[in-house]
Amino acid sequence: MKHVYVVAGVVIALALGVQTAVAQTLKTVKERGSLSCGVSQGLPGFSTPDDKGNWTGLDVDVCRAIAAAVLNDPAKVKFVPLSAKDRFTALQSGEIDVLSRNTTWTLSRDTSLGVNFTGVTYYDGQGFLIRKSLKVNSALELNGASICVQTGTTNEQNVSDYFNGNHMKYELIAFGTADETVKAYESGRCDVFTSDISQLYSIRLKLSAPGDHAVLPEVISKEPLGPLVRHGDDQWFDIVKWTLFAMINAEELGVTQKNVDEMAKSSKPDLKRMLGTEGNLGEQLGLTKDWVVRIVKAVGNYGESFDRNVGAGSNLGISRGLNQLWNKGGIQYAPPIR
Amino acid sequence: MASEARKAPLQFGIKLRRILCGRAGWTGLVLQIVFAALIVWLGYEIFANAKANLQNQRVASGFGFLSQTAGFGVSQSLIPYSESDTYARVFLVGLVNTLVVAAVGIVFATLIGFAVGVGRLSRNWLVARISGGYVELIRNLPLLFQILFWYLAVLGALPGPRQSISLFGEIFISNRGLVIPRPIPHDSLTAFLVAIVVAVVAALALRAYARRKLFREGQLMTIWPYVLALLIGLPLFVVLAFGTPFSIEVPQLKGFNFAGGLRVVPEFVALALALSTYTAAFIAENVRAGIQSVPHGQMEAGESLGLSHGATLRLIVVPQAMRVILPPLTNQYLNLTKNSSLAVAIGYPDLFSVFAGTTLSQTGQAIEIIAITMGVYLLISILTSVAMGLYGRRVNRSLSR
Repeated sequence: MKHVYVVAGVVIALALGVQTAVAQTLKTVKERGSLSCGVSQGLPGFSTPDDKGNWTGLDVDVCRAIAAAVLNDPAKVKFVPLSAKDRFTALQSGEIDVLSRNTTWTLSRDTSLGVNFTGVTYYDGQGFLIRKSLKVNSALELNGASICVQTGTTNEQNVSDYFNGNHMKYELIAFGTADETVKAYESGRCDVFTSDISQLYSIRLKLSAPGDHAVLPEVISKEPLGPLVRHGDDQWFDIVKWTLFAMINAEELGVTQKNVDEMAKSSKPDLKRMLGTEGNLGEQLGLTKDWVVRIVKAVGNYGESFDRNVGAGSNLGISRGLNQLWNKGGIQYAPPIR
Repeated sequence: MASEARKAPLQFGIKLRRILCGRAGWTGLVLQIVFAALIVWLGYEIFANAKANLQNQRVASGFGFLSQTAGFGVSQSLIPYSESDTYARVFLVGLVNTLVVAAVGIVFATLIGFAVGVGRLSRNWLVARISGGYVELIRNLPLLFQILFWYLAVLGALPGPRQSISLFGEIFISNRGLVIPRPIPHDSLTAFLVAIVVAVVAALALRAYARRKLFREGQLMTIWPYVLALLIGLPLFVVLAFGTPFSIEVPQLKGFNFAGGLRVVPEFVALALALSTYTAAFIAENVRAGIQSVPHGQMEAGESLGLSHGATLRLIVVPQAMRVILPPLTNQYLNLTKNSSLAVAIGYPDLFSVFAGTTLSQTGQAIEIIAITMGVYLLISILTSVAMGLYGRRVNRSLSR
């Protein structure tokens, strides 16, 4: 029943006023000395605590990068695990400063929820995980299937669109948390587990016999996942947005965790601007000149973080695909730092 | 009545003062007004502040979302529902699901609770110990744990639909739930139902007549052959005259699941089972306490009249015990209804899950939705207490007669 208290607390917080926290997030974070970052309740590759209780993952790296840029210490992050249905309320109420929790960017969320999406950390799409023993090779063969889904996600509505669009029947059973959903799928309550494909790969690793389950080829939706902040604080919006852009630009310019100090000595103008040896771009954001150096030292560039958490260097082994840089065949593209 | 002299009505001012000031006099009244004003002001501040904050963040507010399209599927709905319906419809679907599971839970909790409560006092050693063990085991384990136990360990362990357990080839039990044949009504159903109602009413009237005869004239009438003839004969006559009232649709395995028939989803079964067994343990204790509150002499008196043990319990002890049992029984009914919101853990689409869960996260309108949900639970609880209060008054009146 934890979520009841979260929601109740949030309603009270909204009602009793968090007005000061709204406008000056940067100041609040600096005074507090730590960043409060909303993450998932445990999704390997994106945000999950390891056996020592340290949070790791692509979404976690974004939090650490922000902490590095703002507080000069990637460890000064308080991670707040949130279920899909509690995440927006936690952000609206000021319980967290930024939500970095594999959250899909949609118009209605960007407007009526009172939040701003800052960019895309991972281009994803929704798919289906199914037992190999059912011998289903396509999502179009799923007529009449029982489908497990986590409540509070875009996945619930996508399933409805896909099945109705293809004149198929289905039974949707929605659970409160990811763990409950997985348990129900494992117990055989559902034929299919649906979620963003990256999550399906991540969850498959958690199952007792990962080899017995397969992800169907169909991708039924666009799920651009990214960090988001509250409406009403443009400076903080800029900081979060450009932290992610800095990671992507660093990869594009070949700046890595190892070579960042050497690159800072480079005479190339774009490197000098980005790494703060020329101009005052960091200060324009309300940060220091070496903000990008701090970020890259803390978590590496976007490609390094991707490989370490979800890519070739991780258990998940997901290929870059759409998340490759724009000049290498993908669509990851960040505006220039200048 | 009319001969009794009436007291002069109190002056209005004195009456008001008595109601409002108690013993403290006018200062007390002033304090109470100040206190009430303070609460109203606090409420207003909360409301105004929330509104200002929401506008600052440009979060949508108001109740317009209720007419927007929901766009998500719900696994159990007793009223027609599709994804193109509105959030208001989702609210209704969730409300009906909550009411159904609460009603079923209350009926079974009461039956099990009374049986176990009486069982604890049984002279049979084994029955008394089993009942005692049941109460101690069930009421000391967390409810959420029991719900998950029923759902994952018991129902989840059932075979899949393709290997489902079949009873007579018509009822199927699997981890997709219980599938039973569905009656499809024909035109003659109305006549059939009317016949049943008429038969039941006639049987009841006959019973009332027999009782009156027994109490007034001391004549015992044998009525059961007539009752049986009424209850079976009348509907049978209608079936012969108008044809069968409905046909049976037997469920058949098609693809992933069963087509046709009526299906009870396992989420409902698990939740209803957990709620009724859990609450029954508490009701059993209330029943035991109630029965023990009746002086032992009543039992002896009943038996000395030649009534059997069971008849003494039923006719003498339980009616008196009801006076003690009812108030805590109401509490248990309210608890059960509110506890049904744990449904979200196993994906049963109750009010809390589909409205304060999915709808809330899709629209982000926490304040409105939580307010509506709280209001609804409050209303259900108040209606339950009022109903139980009325029943309690009847019990008390019949005892003091």
